[in-house]
Amino acid sequence: MANQTRKQKKNPQNVPTIMRQGTITPWLFIFPALAFIGVYILYPLVNIFILSLRNNDSSQWATIACQTGQSCWGIFENYRYALTSDVMLMTFRNNILWLLIMVPGGTAIGLLIAVLVDKVKYEAIAKALIFMPMVISFVGASVIWGFVYDYPVNPDNPNSPVIGLLNAIVKAAGGNPVPWLQIPPLNNLALIIVGIWLYTGFSMTILSASIKSVPAELLEAARIDGANEWQVFFRIMLPLIMPTVTVVITTITIFTLKLFDLIYVMTGGNYQTNVIANRMYMEMYVNYETGRSAAIAVILLFLIIPLLIYNIRRFQQQEAIR
Amino acid sequence: MNKRTKQILNNILGRIPLHFVIIILCIVWVVPTLGLLVSSFRPPQDINETGWWTVFSLKNKNSLPEYDTYCASCHGENGNAIPEANLTDPEFLSQYPQSIRVLQTFDNVYNGQIHVPVANRPDRNQISKIMSFLQEQASPENRPTFWLRNYIDVLAGYRGRLDYVTDCEAGNLLPGQRTCNFWKDVTIAQSSMGMAFVNTLIVSIPSVLLPILFAAFAAFAFSWLDFKGRQTLFALLVGLQIVPLQIALIPIFKLYVRMDMIGTFLGVWLFHTGFGLPYAIYLMRNFLGSLPQEIFESAYLDGANAWTAFIKLALPLAIPAFGALGIFQFLWVWNDLLVALVFLSGSKPVMTYQISNMVTSLGAGWHLLTAAAFVSFIVPMLIFFFMQRYFVRGLLAGAIKG
Repeated sequence: MANQTRKQKKNPQNVPTIMRQGTITPWLFIFPALAFIGVYILYPLVNIFILSLRNNDSSQWATIACQTGQSCWGIFENYRYALTSDVMLMTFRNNILWLLIMVPGGTAIGLLIAVLVDKVKYEAIAKALIFMPMVISFVGASVIWGFVYDYPVNPDNPNSPVIGLLNAIVKAAGGNPVPWLQIPPLNNLALIIVGIWLYTGFSMTILSASIKSVPAELLEAARIDGANEWQVFFRIMLPLIMPTVTVVITTITIFTLKLFDLIYVMTGGNYQTNVIANRMYMEMYVNYETGRSAAIAVILLFLIIPLLIYNIRRFQQQEAIR
Repeated sequence: MNKRTKQILNNILGRIPLHFVIIILCIVWVVPTLGLLVSSFRPPQDINETGWWTVFSLKNKNSLPEYDTYCASCHGENGNAIPEANLTDPEFLSQYPQSIRVLQTFDNVYNGQIHVPVANRPDRNQISKIMSFLQEQASPENRPTFWLRNYIDVLAGYRGRLDYVTDCEAGNLLPGQRTCNFWKDVTIAQSSMGMAFVNTLIVSIPSVLLPILFAAFAAFAFSWLDFKGRQTLFALLVGLQIVPLQIALIPIFKLYVRMDMIGTFLGVWLFHTGFGLPYAIYLMRNFLGSLPQEIFESAYLDGANAWTAFIKLALPLAIPAFGALGIFQFLWVWNDLLVALVFLSGSKPVMTYQISNMVTSLGAGWHLLTAAAFVSFIVPMLIFFFMQRYFVRGLLAGAIKG
């Protein structure tokens, strides 16, 4: 069925006559946009790959960085660094940690809130409060949470005032203040919580709209048939909103892979919290290793390509239904 | 109790856990931001000595039980009820350097009444306690619970020993070029958030208008003009939406170095336009494509060409989509750090850049950081309160952006 529709689309007979307005006119309309996209996206896509094969100042091929007696990947020497060095492995580990906690966490909490507030009268207010972090910058969020995680200057002095909310709670419960952002792997978790705080508003909004589009009669019928609320949710609601859940998951995955500001501001990538995007920035603007930085950017791109293809597929399916 | 009321009661009680969970979640979401807002109005000494939540505690830090017992009934709770004996006036208090002097006044008669009747006189210990309390209250060192000086400091980019207002009034030597003319200092100070606010605005507006304009052109062609490769090109655009902008940083940086465009607003505008376009075209095309075909048919019948159909018909009808798209792109650019860091950095600092610098430099305390963060929140918060639904609309239209 879908195939047939696609074939029809290709058939020029199917295009409305009004859309035929000469051969040059359409290109005049899309030319400015194409020029921008060409310069700012397509050219870099090619250029970054070439740069990733060059040395630190792009003057020679990366092979020059090889040292005798050590393993060498020739022209792909930058990739040897980007894929096997200890710093990079730690960076990948952190990104995986982010993906494993942030993606299910952000989606599940968003879904939970969307389902819960659907049942109460103050839904709009509750949703607005959860949504609020979406409009502020990651830099601002870093300040907000840096203050929550604040650690006393003189932790050994019991009279030293505790002004960070989290440590004040710990102290009130009888514990000692914890340097949340400095002890691995706890600090990664502390950072991921900020990410979830920021992105739950997004998943909640999208999922809430989807939940409201589920016909109420369907849920009512299930309840009358004796299904409890859990069954109604897992057997009926969830399968129906699954396409939207997938959209949320892919979006948060992309966001997590590209994450930069939060790490740059809160820890600067120190204390074993670095992520791919910040590593890439540091290689370029701190270490002046253009080739390595470019190689990391290419790896980031390759991680995102499956999602990119998935996105195009999904779009084509939607178009076929249109 | 009949069966029906029982059922209603059961319903209400059964929903308590639901409300509880929602309210807890809302509190968890709001409290961190609230802490920041409250702290941004507190004097630095207070921020560093007590948690921000203590401002909500009922115990008034400016009170002393001895004062309330012996003096408050006549002098008032704040000590300024009697103008001739204003206990908040440091000059008046300086007449009584020792508690014995106060003790001597107790027998005096004011307005036909004994100052303090014998029956309820404080002892010397209590008097000295009251006096030192009053002196502390009246001293210029005593700070209000909230003030605006943190904001004045960050807007003027001032990081002195005290705050900008105090140091200017006292004529203290100010680090760097300071005129103590607030508006002048805002424009010359290196770390001024006031100037950064202006820079952010300058960066944002063209970075929103340009992609919307070009996207409208392209989206019109994609939805209402036929050309070879239309579907393929559009599918490609859908894919480009999620290309991470990180891949463009180095190539474009090198390009800008050659063209001498590093540190220029133009460079950032064009970069944001390039990366804003795929999503903008996608959203605009979804909108324009859903317009009824008949309106274009009749326009062409009336002799319009593609250009007039676009200007006179498509553009005015697309205004709602401009709102959603504009707000989305605006917040994106306003909140961006990475692009500003790479292409503008210190030459034309935007707010996110300034704040991130303040975090990493040791000079800025929480009083400055919190205020600076809130300065950068003002515009997004206005959008949040008044235009949230446009933003949500932009999100729901499929917000996956590089």
